[in-house]
Amino acid sequence: MLRDVSLQVPAGSTLAVLGRNGAGKSTLLRILATLLRPHAGDVLVFGEALPRRGFAVRGRLGLLAHDPLLYRDLSGRENLSYHARLQGVGPERVEEVLEVVGMRERADEPVRLLSRGLVQRLAVCRTVLHAPSLLLLDEPLANLDPAATELVGPLIGRDSGATRVLTSHDPPAALAEADIVLGLEDGRAAFVTSPDKVDPVAVRRLYA
Amino acid sequence: MKTVLTVLRKDLLLELRGFETLPAMILFSIVTFVIFHFGLNQDTIDGQLAAGVLTVTLLFAAMLGINRLFVAEREQGGFDAFLLAPVDRSALLVAKATALFLFLVVLEVIAVPAFGLLLLGPSLGHALPGLIAVLALGDVALAVIGTLVSAIAVQTRARDLIGPIIGLPLLLPALIGMARGAGPLLAAHGSSSPPGRWVAILALYDVVFALLSYAVFDFLLED
Repeated sequence: MLRDVSLQVPAGSTLAVLGRNGAGKSTLLRILATLLRPHAGDVLVFGEALPRRGFAVRGRLGLLAHDPLLYRDLSGRENLSYHARLQGVGPERVEEVLEVVGMRERADEPVRLLSRGLVQRLAVCRTVLHAPSLLLLDEPLANLDPAATELVGPLIGRDSGATRVLTSHDPPAALAEADIVLGLEDGRAAFVTSPDKVDPVAVRRLYA
Repeated sequence: MKTVLTVLRKDLLLELRGFETLPAMILFSIVTFVIFHFGLNQDTIDGQLAAGVLTVTLLFAAMLGINRLFVAEREQGGFDAFLLAPVDRSALLVAKATALFLFLVVLEVIAVPAFGLLLLGPSLGHALPGLIAVLALGDVALAVIGTLVSAIAVQTRARDLIGPIIGLPLLLPALIGMARGAGPLLAAHGSSSPPGRWVAILALYDVVFALLSYAVFDFLLED
């Protein structure tokens, strides 16, 4: 449940959402992704009111959730081709993103046979297939080793040029990426501020 | 239409890879025919009894497919992925119903001849065109209602129970239509065409529930 959360994220900037498990981080992302219907309050994405105008924003956002949203019995390439067709994107884009994350050689293996790190790379590919303007990233670097983290950088990092909302259990890393920081505590906004004004004590309290 | 084909192609590919649903449906049907063979203590049956046995067997085999229809979407995030795409949500209903319809057709291609060999007294030959028509109309009903019910059931913890509990009452008119439509076809020296009244009832049922499902399906996908 989310209450008293009010903020604006300018286009092209990054909002980092901090908070312990169950604080409401994933709920916030699912509402922004049009997958959850808020019971009260106003949510605007690209100026469109959700959930009523959800259809107007769906093709412009990408969600990287805990679940990779990939079918385990299909290969990475088959999964991405499926998502590409749903998003109205050509097959060349599939090869392009696979190349960026270094997965072209292993893209024909069933997803169920891949390690969690490789699945996460495919999930990143799925998220950015249609070059979304808004990236909703729920612990995007989970399961990625440093080399893989570097590979996915151009797709979901600051250089992607997209507006980003990211959650993390690693406050220093999240603060380094952020333009705005939202601290969530039991669904309420404990603070909304810029990264240089974040009180370390307040951050520690979030995870206490 | 493009979205329907995309989802349908993915569903058929998943079935080919996993090979879970269709073999279970086929095996269930054949085992059920064997059980009826011994349970009824008759070498052969015909007429309305044969139509009833065939309809009930196909119904319960279909329930196996219905229960599995949305499992991959629920367990592997397919729902979320689909809902994130800028596509008409009703395409999921059409694709899933078409997949289930195709599963039922494949099931019947194997199960009906097996029924003819194991239980049915009269030859299937003269009844086949009429039987295909009745089964096709029945399959549309099973596919449409099955998809609707499966989309509801998969959102619940007791999905294996919810499917039959909601689905069977809804399917009752179609099942009666299938059984009554097939009865005269399977009788000794029976008719070669099904009774028009039951064919019309089945067709009307299909149209009404297809439109109803189309109208409500979007709301079922809301979290």
